Amino acid sequence: MRPAVSALLRKELRLELRTFQVIPAMALFSITTLIVFHFSLDEDAIDGKLAAGVLTITLLFSAILGINRLFVSDHEEDGFDGFLLAPVDRTALLVAKAIALFAFLVVLEVVAVPAFDVMLLDPELLSADAIGQTALTLLLANLALAIVGTLVGALAIQTRARDLIVPLIALPLLLPVVIGTAKLLAPTFAAAGAEALPGRWLAILALYDLVFGLLAYAVFDFLIED
Amino acid sequence: MSGTRLRLLSVATVITLIAGYSLAAFYAPMDADQGFIQKIFYLHVPMAIVALCGFVLAGIFAILQLRTDDSKWDLRSYVAIHVSIILGVGVLITGAIWAKASWGHWWVWDEPTLVSFLIVFLLYGTYTPLRFSIEDRTKQARYASVFAITAGAFVPLNFAAVRAATATVHPRTFDRTGNLPGKMALAFLVCFVGMAFLYWLLFEYEIAHKTTVARLRALKRKLADDDDGARARRSAAPELQVS
Repeated sequence: MRPAVSALLRKELRLELRTFQVIPAMALFSITTLIVFHFSLDEDAIDGKLAAGVLTITLLFSAILGINRLFVSDHEEDGFDGFLLAPVDRTALLVAKAIALFAFLVVLEVVAVPAFDVMLLDPELLSADAIGQTALTLLLANLALAIVGTLVGALAIQTRARDLIVPLIALPLLLPVVIGTAKLLAPTFAAAGAEALPGRWLAILALYDLVFGLLAYAVFDFLIED
Repeated sequence: MSGTRLRLLSVATVITLIAGYSLAAFYAPMDADQGFIQKIFYLHVPMAIVALCGFVLAGIFAILQLRTDDSKWDLRSYVAIHVSIILGVGVLITGAIWAKASWGHWWVWDEPTLVSFLIVFLLYGTYTPLRFSIEDRTKQARYASVFAITAGAFVPLNFAAVRAATATVHPRTFDRTGNLPGKMALAFLVCFVGMAFLYWLLFEYEIAHKTTVARLRALKRKLADDDDGARARRSAAPELQVS
């Protein structure tokens, strides 16, 4: 399966590098959202729960944009047919798409988190601890977003109201991830300096990643039959 | 299921429900703390448990649909979710009434049991729009099944996550033995069985209705001898193949 995954992944990344369709849109959207938050909250510097919520929501909504576009080129240019003709395991597509989405999310966060830091976060809160904790939390959250996003993207691509179906299904499915990410980031951005991460929420996020990873592995084959 | 057996099930449901709520109203002791409003417990809790079990059941039917490719399992999965959603509305309303009476608020956000039920309810709310936006019937069945399996697995996971979080005011009904005194437990049990019967009854009625409609359509198609007049409208409900 590894050659198939790496071929699909190379295709995915090359497509993005040549067209620059998804990542710039996601990054731009995240910065716009942060500006919207700045004006709607009317705050110059935020911390604690509020900061955690703002960052989580910004990343989630930007990720939805990426999920919406994930399978569009395959659908419109008959990429599914080409893939189905190849004698490879269909799971390869799931793995490649999830890794690609994960990579997009990492690039998005490389832009959005520093922007959030400069634009909204209380400048005194920046410390090595906070950066490490944010990275760990976002790693787990990205994994969940990538898996669930690939599943929902593949589910929605065949429907007529694609752009409507993706957020409708993805948001409730991702709510535990939102809750976990916000709970993990809140102590990280605490006003008195970064506090330790609550282990329970780390475990819940990891469990979510594991369960949805297995689930996506089990049902993904049915989504690209034809 | 049809005819006599459906009638028998209806009678059993009515009897159990009447017995259960009579027990709840007259036999079970009055709650020392909450008084009469606590009686809503006999409606709210069984309804919530049955609705959630129905969602999981729909996931199991969906697995069978994917395995056998038989539209009858798709229909069962669809109906199970449909009835569970209806009960879910009841759970949210009775829960809100109970919360207003005993906690003073219609809705309490930091209470994970409420929030997780709402998440599950919202997730299943997208099931019908998803089905409706897929025109091809075989694809509709397959995609809806994938959704039902994913969401069905999400239900217990969601509640496990919620249980891990600290709760404040929502009572845990079954966390330890001796939580319910004997008389209350008996009334609760009968109410629970009654609610499960009600679910089963609604399920069977809707299956009977959908099957009859499919048969009728097949007959019309034969009579009209053309596909145009009797072709099914685009719909979220699964189309049953009748020979």
